[in-house]
Amino acid sequence: MKLLLKIWRQNGPQDKGKMVDYNVDGIEGDMSFLEMMDVLNSQLIEKGDEPVIFDHDCREGICGSCSMFINGEAHGPGRNVTTCQLHMRSFKDGETIFIEPWRAEAFPVIKDLMVDRSAFDRIIQAGGYVSVNTSGNTQDANSLPIPKEDADLAFDAATCIGCGACVATCKNASAMLFTSAKISQLSLLPQGQVEAKERVINMVNQMDLEGFGNCTNTGACEVECPKGISLDNIARMNREYLSATAKGKK
Amino acid sequence: MALDSKIPEGPLKDKWTNYKNQIDLVNPANKRNIDVIVVGTGLAGASASASLAELGYNVKTFCFQDSPRRAHSIAAQGGINAAKNYQGDGDSTYRLFYDTVKGGDYRSREANVYRLAEVSANIIDQCVAQGVPFARDYGGLLDNRSFGGVLVSRTFYAKGQTGQQLLLGAYSALSRQIAKGKVEMHNRHEMLDLVKVDGKARGIIARNLVTGEIQRHSAHAVVIASGGYGNVFFLSTNAMGSNVTAAWKAHKKGAHMANPCFTQIHPTCIPVSGGFQSKLTLMSESLRNDGRIWVPKKMEDAKAIQAGTLKGKDIAEENRDYYLERRYPAFGNLVPRDVASRAAKERCDAGFGVNKTGEAVYLDFKSAIVRYGKQEAFVHGNKNPSDAEIQTLGKAAVAAKYGNLFQMYEKITDENPYEMPMKIYPAVHYTMGGLWVDYDLMTDIPGCYAAGEANFSDHGANRLGASALMQGLADGYFVLPYTIGNYLSKDIRTGEIPNDSAEFMAAEKEVKARIDGFMNAKGTKPVDHFHMRLGKLMWENCGMARNAEGLQKGMKEIKALKEEFFANVRIPGVANGVNQELEKAGRVADLMELGELMCKDALERSESCGGHFREESVELDGIQKGEAKRDDENFSFVSAWQWNGESGKQELIKEPLEFKDIAVKQRSYK
Repeated sequence: MKLLLKIWRQNGPQDKGKMVDYNVDGIEGDMSFLEMMDVLNSQLIEKGDEPVIFDHDCREGICGSCSMFINGEAHGPGRNVTTCQLHMRSFKDGETIFIEPWRAEAFPVIKDLMVDRSAFDRIIQAGGYVSVNTSGNTQDANSLPIPKEDADLAFDAATCIGCGACVATCKNASAMLFTSAKISQLSLLPQGQVEAKERVINMVNQMDLEGFGNCTNTGACEVECPKGISLDNIARMNREYLSATAKGKK
Repeated sequence: MALDSKIPEGPLKDKWTNYKNQIDLVNPANKRNIDVIVVGTGLAGASASASLAELGYNVKTFCFQDSPRRAHSIAAQGGINAAKNYQGDGDSTYRLFYDTVKGGDYRSREANVYRLAEVSANIIDQCVAQGVPFARDYGGLLDNRSFGGVLVSRTFYAKGQTGQQLLLGAYSALSRQIAKGKVEMHNRHEMLDLVKVDGKARGIIARNLVTGEIQRHSAHAVVIASGGYGNVFFLSTNAMGSNVTAAWKAHKKGAHMANPCFTQIHPTCIPVSGGFQSKLTLMSESLRNDGRIWVPKKMEDAKAIQAGTLKGKDIAEENRDYYLERRYPAFGNLVPRDVASRAAKERCDAGFGVNKTGEAVYLDFKSAIVRYGKQEAFVHGNKNPSDAEIQTLGKAAVAAKYGNLFQMYEKITDENPYEMPMKIYPAVHYTMGGLWVDYDLMTDIPGCYAAGEANFSDHGANRLGASALMQGLADGYFVLPYTIGNYLSKDIRTGEIPNDSAEFMAAEKEVKARIDGFMNAKGTKPVDHFHMRLGKLMWENCGMARNAEGLQKGMKEIKALKEEFFANVRIPGVANGVNQELEKAGRVADLMELGELMCKDALERSESCGGHFREESVELDGIQKGEAKRDDENFSFVSAWQWNGESGKQELIKEPLEFKDIAVKQRSYK
């Protein structure tokens, strides 16, 4: 199929940036979206132009690197897929496709479609862990039974890949789905109880410091999340936060 | 030069304990004055960084991704082995050790493998303490499943995302140390050379992938945990960025590459669908617990399927050839990966493949759905379920176990695996070969360590499923923290390593010159063009089956391709900024040199063992007819290759393998 691509090109964080038109031909339905981008980039290089810069790595939907805003949606029209798992069979011959980077103040553009998501790392550094050393002196794994239901819920929250689609989708550029997924995972497990209060306060504070917006319960993040992380996690985080602050921790 | 593997004296089961009791330690005040560089943030790199920082060393960690959480360990699916014997099915440290050595076709080092088995149980304890949400049963205890090449259930898992959960565990431990200022994290940086001072590894040259700045980083020791090199085949289950560069630079500075030709071809991957394809996707080995692998018995059925006029699900039971169950009744669908891959190739080469290219076999869940459906109905008090009820309950049970994998399959192929058998084919997945290391995981450059997939040490000629995660974390959490301390105890009076010595300046200059070389190339072709051709010729000549003629041809072709590459590549843009083509060019140039060495190593080893199958070396008769034939008399050694200043001219040094605690037998899964 033939496609008209309208792609955001921006040479650096200070550059103003603009949409640029590209035509590609010979695209097959079995290609992934990123393989279509590979075809375009090969053409650009052979012509002596600079290829479009974008983040990508595993190309199987788990590393969380790829991050394209396609036709106004994070990771494009598919549900429960990352950009690399989106296939061209989702598009029609002759279609025009708009491709933009994640847009959020806390995710500055580095170049073209590549953005800086290190704010997410700093949120995890603020408390997204259990403070246990790796000395090997931990108790036997089975000495702490955990109800299957809790373990499964914790797992569901832990499947977040940190891609940032939630932030890109949110009209407030809020990172609450991301932050609450980690807080939920650890608050559902007994291992996470000891530091639960400090954790939620520190992580929420860091989230605010990074310039992410607040949650106004629109729920768009949940719809666009490639891993189906549930909005329930935000409710759980708010509950944890209220309980922590009410008990005088600050 | 002979290689000293530094295996401690004493009985096998006491070696590691004795070692730990006798090593020299570094006192906490001195640790604060010692720097360690870790390259890579997968399971091995992240766990090593976190553990060394907890001990008190100053750690500088590097990854090329935008966050340490994205290293490719994240994509590991099926599980992690540990000799916990929670199932009471006869598992033990010795049995895990035995299975691993046997699975590796007796080409790994006994003492290293035993230590791995010994620390395996502790890994699970550690990960649970970190909050890794492993799968649990209704009693709240940890669940297990089985993997290829073993007769016990010792694999711990978190659905089909075990690697993700373990890596995020290690990443959280790393994040905690970054927050404490004990780890200085360098995201979007790539190591481009190792720096040696007075013969010791004392730092690296790295490129900032955002600004293009070339940086000199010094330390008292360097850990290479940069993963494997499966991307030499272009198409593999590796991430697009996975590369050999860090390990290869160490090799060129004097570290030996060991068993480079030992490549794991994973039997269950989604088949290639077109020439534009950039990567292959694995379907976890755990699927072989319940899926049955088959091709049609009749050639006319196979032809009809290939022509698209017949569907696999319409072939009657008696016309299906469950060839693994037929050939290997003891292990059936759970034979090790090398055996399963070769068996698939054998059927497809004979014309029985089940897609349009004839390069696919079926992985079928039909009987598992019925089995689980009946079981679930029974548990819920329905003693006489209808077929429809069985199907519904069975599909739900299969979804609970493998849901994310089935979803992934459907997204890629546009086919529903609950209704149609999956189509799979072998693909490059893992490299057992890597930097040669001794018992301390140190290469033969003092102070330069290699951990995880980047070293060669534990898996011999074939790795068992769910053992890569085990090894990565064992190396990082439990082995390196001891062995590096022993080395650094001699370095407490050294003081800070200056990063402006002549050695650093020379290495920096060399790196810059190489980059200038790429930028000034006057060609017209993108890097991928050459990478694809390299992959194709490696797959044809040094892939699942190898012979002397093909390997010699492969070496010749790589040489020619390399010349063409430097003459005809085009790197657009500038070096002092983001330039993904420049990054790829450096990696592909190193992969080409590695490819040459892989062919050379495969040529030298004229036996068949594990994943290395030489067509000249097969059993000619008896029950094992057609199986790989190992040659212990002539090849019971590790091939360690020493760089001699020119690609393809490495010198072979042999480390003999001794088996004292295990009887060396022909590997049979019949």
